[in-house]
Amino acid sequence: MSGAIVDWAVLIAQILLIAAMACCAYRLIRGPRAQDRVVALDALYVSGMLLLVAFGVRTGSQIYFEAALVIALLGFVSTAALAKFIMRGEVIE
Amino acid sequence: MSGAENLPVWAAILVAVFLVAGALLTFVGALGLVRFRTFYERIHLPTLGTSFGTLFILVASSLFFSVLEQRFVIHEILIGCFVIVTTPVTLILIARAALYRDRSEGTTGIPRFERDDGDEDGGTANR
Repeated sequence: MSGAIVDWAVLIAQILLIAAMACCAYRLIRGPRAQDRVVALDALYVSGMLLLVAFGVRTGSQIYFEAALVIALLGFVSTAALAKFIMRGEVIE
Repeated sequence: MSGAENLPVWAAILVAVFLVAGALLTFVGALGLVRFRTFYERIHLPTLGTSFGTLFILVASSLFFSVLEQRFVIHEILIGCFVIVTTPVTLILIARAALYRDRSEGTTGIPRFERDDGDEDGGTANR
């Protein structure tokens, strides 16, 4: 009973998160300008991170949490670097 | 499925509700990213996924493992704190960069450079 509930919820959540990633990927490819692409990339990695957490609930193992943590950490750094690049044209001055 | 059958029904329902709510919020945010027209409208949307979307899914995960393993599993708080603290920083950086580009290209319909009011360092600081 409760296994089925969690199963279905995780399935729905995964489908929704994959659809969210598809929307972000559309904006990442289509985006008229560079800043649109950076915002889309930011949203894309957050959705991917949440997908990993949902996958961790599905398999019942805690390994995926660490991958999600690494994505969250590195995503911030990469977005900050990209914003700097958009502003100045170089990352380290 | 490993272990979800051993979950009490109330916990399963709570986990399911939180998971679906978080995923739905994230999806709505991403959908807005596609549908909104200008960049300055679009920049608001990812915050939907990074604030309450992340919060709900992490609460679901934390609850699931806490009930399953009969102990507090709250290391999801790490991701939550980190994402919620860093998102405004990145979005401010991107918005300022975009504003700077638009101003230097002379695009119409964006705020002008602000005047210096002494302590304020508005748009003039990143020139």
